[in-house]
Amino acid sequence: MSADLLPAAVEAPVGVAPALELRGIRAGYGRIEVLHGLDLVVPAGSLMALLGPNGAGKTTTLAVASGKVRPTSGCLHVGGRHVNGASPAALTRAGVCRIPEGRGIFPNLTVAENLKLVTYAADVSVAEVTAMTYDRFPKLGQRRTQVAGTMSGGEQQMLAMARALVTSPGLLLLDEISMGLAPLIVAELYELVAALAADGISVLLVEQFARTALAVADYAALMVGGRIVRVGQPADVAAFVDDVYLGGTT
Amino acid sequence: MSTFLALTVVGLVTGCIYALTATGLVVTYTTAGVFNFAQGAMGMVAAFGFWQLWQGWGLPVWLALPLVVLVAAPLFGVLVERFLFRRTQNAPADQTLAVTLGLLLVLIGIANAVWPPDEPRILPRFGGEGTVQVGILVLSDSQLVVVASALAVGIGLRLLFSRTRLGLAMRGVVDDPDLLAMNGLEPVRVQQTAWALSSVLAALAGVLLAPLVQLNILTLTLLVVNGYAAAMVGRLRSLPATAAGGLGLGLAISYSIGYGPSLGLARFPGLLSTLQQGIPMMLLFVVLVLLPSDRLRSGRPQQARAPRVPGLRGSLSGAGGFVAAAAVLAAVLPTSALETGARALVLAFVVLSLVLLTGYGGQVSLCTLTFVGLGAYAMGKVGGGSLLGIAAAVLLSAAVGALVALPTLRLRGLYLALATFAFGQVMDIGFFGQRLGPSGSLQVDRLALLGLPLDTAPGYFVLAAVVFALGAVGLLAVRRSRYGRMLAALNDSPAACATLGMRIDRVKLCVFAASAGAAGLGGALFGGLGAGLVSGFDFVTLQSCVLLLLLRVGGVKTVTGALLAGTLTAVLPVLQQQLPSLGGLVFLVTGIAALSVGSLSGGVVGALSDLRSRVLPSRTPAPPPPPAATPVVPAQPVVRKEMAGVR
Repeated sequence: MSADLLPAAVEAPVGVAPALELRGIRAGYGRIEVLHGLDLVVPAGSLMALLGPNGAGKTTTLAVASGKVRPTSGCLHVGGRHVNGASPAALTRAGVCRIPEGRGIFPNLTVAENLKLVTYAADVSVAEVTAMTYDRFPKLGQRRTQVAGTMSGGEQQMLAMARALVTSPGLLLLDEISMGLAPLIVAELYELVAALAADGISVLLVEQFARTALAVADYAALMVGGRIVRVGQPADVAAFVDDVYLGGTT
Repeated sequence: MSTFLALTVVGLVTGCIYALTATGLVVTYTTAGVFNFAQGAMGMVAAFGFWQLWQGWGLPVWLALPLVVLVAAPLFGVLVERFLFRRTQNAPADQTLAVTLGLLLVLIGIANAVWPPDEPRILPRFGGEGTVQVGILVLSDSQLVVVASALAVGIGLRLLFSRTRLGLAMRGVVDDPDLLAMNGLEPVRVQQTAWALSSVLAALAGVLLAPLVQLNILTLTLLVVNGYAAAMVGRLRSLPATAAGGLGLGLAISYSIGYGPSLGLARFPGLLSTLQQGIPMMLLFVVLVLLPSDRLRSGRPQQARAPRVPGLRGSLSGAGGFVAAAAVLAAVLPTSALETGARALVLAFVVLSLVLLTGYGGQVSLCTLTFVGLGAYAMGKVGGGSLLGIAAAVLLSAAVGALVALPTLRLRGLYLALATFAFGQVMDIGFFGQRLGPSGSLQVDRLALLGLPLDTAPGYFVLAAVVFALGAVGLLAVRRSRYGRMLAALNDSPAACATLGMRIDRVKLCVFAASAGAAGLGGALFGGLGAGLVSGFDFVTLQSCVLLLLLRVGGVKTVTGALLAGTLTAVLPVLQQQLPSLGGLVFLVTGIAALSVGSLSGGVVGALSDLRSRVLPSRTPAPPPPPAATPVVPAQPVVRKEMAGVR
């Protein structure tokens, strides 16, 4: 099975467990099943883009990987450990960092207070968190006492990304971080994603804008109707993307 | 000057009490997202528990106090979170409200059973009888304890919520529990901590206040009600504003008591006492009305299926069968049973007005019985039992209903509930208390119609059955009408209604007035029940809450639910009279029922029909086969005049 999912071109590090491994995952909400036996492997230290049309199950895949949605069957491995049934909070402390769709911040807390809560996720001090964040995003430093929900969309997304920046997670799950943002800001955020990946953090990246994601990705997976239909080098997968997005059945 | 100082001291101490209770409300709201009507009841039980340990069983005070406030109270908070509020996390505001009201009733019921009210209990004041000089103010020791505790709690909470990580997590968990989990913290733990904290605050307030007022179940439970206004001054968020609101409230009441008589108001004793007792509720109403408009809510999918609405033929035949059955019962049952039955049916008719308002329209009202009382009052004063009296009752109630609705149209959910609650309370104090008195002073004549034997118990019973049946048929007809669809749409998503160009305010105003008018009609009939005497006690706001709760238990969108609610409201007090040993039975049964259906938004009727549809095979015909592919015809542009023009 693993062989089909990782074509020969994918050079998985030998002897290192993949950062994330989903095997035959079935999951959904109530009686509606969204993932019908999903298989996906994110090799350690790589950046994988997860692409697919609306309703393909991309967000649900991230929800399963972060423990938010319990699969009804199948195995969830993080860093080689079987973690089915672990709570989202436990997975977070174990190094899985998920930045949710929309703005992953507490809108009624100030910037500084939001950052203070980040210290629950990893063993970092408040001083380190604020210093690193304000260093990378000087704009946030000017707004530290502002209520986060009143900032612009881009600033809110920077604040959300600060969690990924300062906790140095083992696995980073990003859900549509470009949603509703200006191209300049998207470019800045993707610079950060690329930098995090270069530091060796494994990333699973869900994105509607296939081109943006494929530009930074090491591998890409294409998802339709709750299953992975293609995995491989970004260039190889890119050929199928238009087909799938425009209603093909590949 | 010395009068002024003395009044200031009293006002500040009262203000500290209000601030303390309001702080508890604010903490629960900011950390759990719940406006806890039962806050006062939790404090009341804590005060009684403290009395039991200290005075009853003779434990030393240094042991009894921490046992209650620091051991029992947090434990209770954790249990409450686990078994009541975890299930209502994403429920609409009125459902959460129902659960807190249910908890309030259960606690009153338990306290009534464990500590029967006829036995006097006194909780001694803390500290001796000495006095302390603070600047130019002279406080007694017990007053000082209250002020010091309020200060300590206020400062402590301020530090907790602004400085500590746990406090921040508590504030964050309301907005987004999932995000807290993504920050590595179990949201459930944080919520449990928050409930434990708010339970501690409730207990502390109860234990501190009981010696200053009296160890009485209802007094202590309802004391918090006065704190609502202070909490709303802080918009349920800001602790400093809440404290200021509490202090201001205390001072206002104290000065009004001290200076009111000398300002020439002594000539109007009714007005004066209304003013003094009604200040907190009037303030609450005003603060709510002045709140900035909320953004229009858009709908969320609801779990419960909407109950099936019978067609005209079905509802007419059902109504006919119901009246026929009532006629048979009228010939068989004894007089006492028929009187209870008539009461049940009249109340069920009143509850139909709530089905329209709350079930269909989604507007929560906690002052139904106020309109019933107005109806009874009009019936008693006008027409001497003729149809004129009925018309007066309907018109008076509908007019007052519209007047109340006008300033509150912008409010929804919790704020609307609180505004109607405040209005009901003010009417309790200012109108029913003054005009009707506590012990039944207004004679309301029975309706006389075409020489029908309505003055007999069977006759009135059948009349009530006919009125209820007609009301139900009319209600269902409204539900099927265009207006009914507008109401349902409004309940689902006000934002979507606004984008469709629906005049939301007009629809709401209509439903409020119609519902109040129907309640007034029910009131006119209610007045004629039994000996025809009504008292102010018949229409207290707490009883309105019970009515709404029972409707929730039955099924808030169903006629059957209304019948169930009316029957329970009429029968439970009778049962209680027969079994006096079961003190607080009404409260207990209502509360437990409300708690048990807290997660069942369709009520008992909804659950039963769900069960039936699961057990019995569906009778709906198979869906028609998809139409054969037809060639696509370009649609003709259709521009209707009313679409093009802006009305």
